[in-house]
Amino acid sequence: MFAFIVSRLFQALPVMFTVSLISFAMFAYVGDPVAIMLGQDYTEAQRAALIQDLGLDQPFFVQFFAFLGNAIQGEFGLSYRLARPVSDLILERAPATLELSFTAAFLALAVGVPMGVYTGLYRESWLSRFFLTISLIGVSLPTFLIGILLILFFAVILGILPSFGRGDTVMLGWWSTGFLTTSGLKALILPSITLGLFQMTLIMRLVRAEMLEVLRTDYIKFARARGLSNRAVHFGHALKNTLVPVITITGLQLGAIIAFAIVTETVFQWPGMGLLFIQAVSNADIPIMAAYLMMIALLFVIINLVVDLLYYLVDPRLRGSLSGSAR
Amino acid sequence: MRAVLLAATAAVGVFIAAGAADARTVRWSASGDPNTMDPHSQNLGTVTKVLSQIYEPLIMRDAALALEPGLATAWRQVEPNRWRFELRRGIKFHDGADFNADDVVFSITRALAPTSNYGIFVDTVGQAVKVDDFTVDIVTKVPDPILPSKIASLYMMDKEWSERNNVTAPQNTRAREETFTVRNTNGTGPFRLSVREPDVRTVMVRNDAWWGWADTAKNTSNVTEIIYRPITSDATRVAALLSGEVDFVLDPPLQDLERLKRAPNISVLEGPEIRTIFFAFDMHRDELLYSSVKGKNPFKDLRVRQALYHAIDIEAIRTRVMRGQAIVTGTFFPSQVNGYAKEEDVRLPFNADRARALLAEAGYPQGFEVTLDCPNNRYINDEAICQAVAAMWTRIGVRTNLNAMPLANFFPKIQREDTSLYLLGWGVPTLDALYSFQSLLATRDGAQGNGIWNYGRYSNARMDELVTAMKNELDPARRNAAIREALKMYREDVPHIPMHHQMIPWAVRSNITMPHQPNNQPQFRFVRVN
Repeated sequence: MFAFIVSRLFQALPVMFTVSLISFAMFAYVGDPVAIMLGQDYTEAQRAALIQDLGLDQPFFVQFFAFLGNAIQGEFGLSYRLARPVSDLILERAPATLELSFTAAFLALAVGVPMGVYTGLYRESWLSRFFLTISLIGVSLPTFLIGILLILFFAVILGILPSFGRGDTVMLGWWSTGFLTTSGLKALILPSITLGLFQMTLIMRLVRAEMLEVLRTDYIKFARARGLSNRAVHFGHALKNTLVPVITITGLQLGAIIAFAIVTETVFQWPGMGLLFIQAVSNADIPIMAAYLMMIALLFVIINLVVDLLYYLVDPRLRGSLSGSAR
Repeated sequence: MRAVLLAATAAVGVFIAAGAADARTVRWSASGDPNTMDPHSQNLGTVTKVLSQIYEPLIMRDAALALEPGLATAWRQVEPNRWRFELRRGIKFHDGADFNADDVVFSITRALAPTSNYGIFVDTVGQAVKVDDFTVDIVTKVPDPILPSKIASLYMMDKEWSERNNVTAPQNTRAREETFTVRNTNGTGPFRLSVREPDVRTVMVRNDAWWGWADTAKNTSNVTEIIYRPITSDATRVAALLSGEVDFVLDPPLQDLERLKRAPNISVLEGPEIRTIFFAFDMHRDELLYSSVKGKNPFKDLRVRQALYHAIDIEAIRTRVMRGQAIVTGTFFPSQVNGYAKEEDVRLPFNADRARALLAEAGYPQGFEVTLDCPNNRYINDEAICQAVAAMWTRIGVRTNLNAMPLANFFPKIQREDTSLYLLGWGVPTLDALYSFQSLLATRDGAQGNGIWNYGRYSNARMDELVTAMKNELDPARRNAAIREALKMYREDVPHIPMHHQMIPWAVRSNITMPHQPNNQPQFRFVRVN
C-alpha cells in the first residue's frame, strides 16, 4: 500500500514539472506586467529599473529555473498587484474557496444521489420527470447565468439573501470560517447552489443510469428471489454497486469544483483563490498565476490518488490485486 | 394577517431608520480594489480614491477641483526657482504625532525616490528645504509656474512614523517581504483607516480631530464610517445597489443606467470625467507596419488624416455606442483644464463625400487597408467605439481591421510602437494643458515627460517650442497664449482624431447627497447621509 502511494507520488513529479513549464511559457502571452505597474507617468530609466527588478530581462530558462527553485521551497515571491507574498495571499484565500467547494460538493452529493436513486427506481413517476427536467437546466445553463438569476430572485426581488461577499467570518487560528455566523451561512447559500448545480445534475444522471443497469442484473433478481426487502435490495445491493463510477466522477469533480470556482467567485465577489486568480490574469500578475496553476495541478494529483485508494474500499476485487502488486 | 405583517414591516423600518441615524455609514463599491495603501507607490485612481480620504496634500482641490489651502495655508513663488509654503499649525497625524516642516521635506523626498510612481508631480523639483518648523521652500530645477497644481496630488506622510516602520521609500517590487505601507496608513485627513482586507473590504472611520471640520459650511459631511467593498462583476454590483447592500456605486455600467434611473430609491449623478478619447496615428515610419500601402506612410499626409476625421459620424457614437454618456469634442482636454479654449474646440464635420474626395486627392482613390489597435477593458465601451469607427472608415474606402485586446496586452504593444493606428484615453491629473501637450505631442528627447505617450511619434519643431514655453513661462498671459497657439495647431494639423470626453455617472441611494467630481474621486468630506 505504502509502495503504491510512493510510486504514484513519483509519477506526479513529471506532471508537476510539465504543468509549471507550460504555465510559465504561457505567461509570455498574458501581457506585460511592467506596463501595468508603471501606470501613466514614468521615465525610461524607471521602466528599465523595474524590468531589471522583476528579472524580466533574463532569458526564459533562467527565469523558469529561478521560479522552479523558489517554488520547491514554497516561495512564490511578491504579487505584482498587491505587493504581498503570494503564499500569504493563497493561504488567506484558501479557506473561502475550500468552504464554498466542499459545501457545493456536499450539496451535490446529498441531493444528487437520492434524486438519482429515486429517478432510477420510479422511472415513470411525474416527480422523476420533473427532476430530469430540472437537471437539464442545471446541465445546460452556464454558471454565471445561474448565479445572476439567483441573485436577481433572492437578493434583488425577495431581498432575503446577500448578493455578494462572504458575510462575517470568524478566525480559527489562520483559518477564516463563515460557518459560525448567520450572515456567513446566508452568504454561502447562493454561491454553493450555483457552483454545485452542475455537479448535482451530473451525479443524479450518473446514479440513475447506473441504477437502471444494475437493477437489470441477475444478482438483483436473486436478491429479490431470496425475499430481501426492497430497501435492502435497493440500497444494500444496487446502490453500493453503482458507487465505483460515482466516486471517480465525484472525486474528479471535486477538483473541478475547486479549480473552476473562478466563475462563481467572480459573480458573487467571493474572496477566494479563484477571484484572486482572475484578478491576477487581468493585471498580468505572474507570481499569483504561476502559484495558482501549480497548486491546482497538485490538487488534481492528490485527488486522483485519493480516488484510486477509495476504489479499494468499495470494490473488494481490487484488494487482492493490490496486495499482489505490493508484494 | 396582512395587517400584522404590515405592522411588523413598519416596526422593522422604524428600527432600521433609528439605527442608521446614529451610525451614518456609507457602503461604497466599485469594480477595482486599491493595490496598496502606500501614498507614493501607485498613481492610480483606484488607489487615490481611498487614500484621498486619509492623506492630505499641501494644497487641496475643492468640489469644483479649484485649488484651496490644505496642509499649507499660503504659497507663493518667491523666486523663479523657489516656491514657499506656509504650513498649517496644530495639525496632528492619526497616530497623534505633530505635523511640521520635516514631514513635508521627507514626503517630497520620498516622492522623488526611484520606486515612486508620483515623479510626474515633482518632475521639476530639485529639493525641498526647511526654512523653519512651519515654512518649507521647494526649489525647482527650472522655473515652474504650475507647481501648485502638481503638489495638489502629493500626499504628506509622517517622517518619524515612516522611519519607525522602515518605509522611507515607496514599496519595492524586488523585496521578498511586504512593506508596512501596503496595508497601513497614518495620514492627517478627515477619515482614518480602521480595517484593510485587500480585495474584501476597507473601512474608514471619521477623524473627529480633523482641522477642516471647523468649516461646517464647506465640509458638510455627517458620515461616521465608510465601508468600501469592491465588486468585480458589473451585474452583481448593480444588484447589490438595487437590493440595498451598498449605498454608492462609483462605476455603474452604462447599459444599466436606465434601470437605475427608474429605481425609486436610487439617483444617478451624471457628470464629465477629465479624460478624452482619441485616435492617434503612426506619423514617424516611412512605411506603416500594418497597411496595404507600401513604400510610403499615408498618415504623413494631412489630407488622409482629415479624411478619416471627416468619416466619423460622432453623433452616432455619442447616442448609440455611448448612450449619451459622452461630451463630443474637437480637442483633447475638457474645459476644466487650464488653457482650454472654446474657439479651438471645433470638430471637422461628418462628411463622407468630403472624406472620399480628400482620399482621392491624396492619391488613394481606392482607399487602403490598415489595422486599428484598441483596448477592450480600459475605457468606457472602448471596443464598441473602435468597431463603429472601423466600419465608418471602411465605408469611405479605408478598410480597417480591428485588433482589440485587453489592456495588459494593448499597452505593451503600443509602447513598443508596434502599431499604425490606435485608440487612447487621456486624463489630466494636474488640470493644466502642459501635461497633455508634453506627454502626447512633444518630441521624445529623453527629457522628463517629453513625448512619453507619443507612440505615433508626432514631431513638430514649433510644437516643441510651445511646450517649452508652457513649462517655463512665468507670465500667465504669455503662457496661455502659447497654449492657445498649440491648441490651434492641434486643430489644424490633426495629430489625433479627438472623439469625446468620457462621462462618469455615479449611482447613489437617494438618501445620500454628494457632489459629483470630474476626477472620479469622491470626497466624503462633502457627503451627507439623510
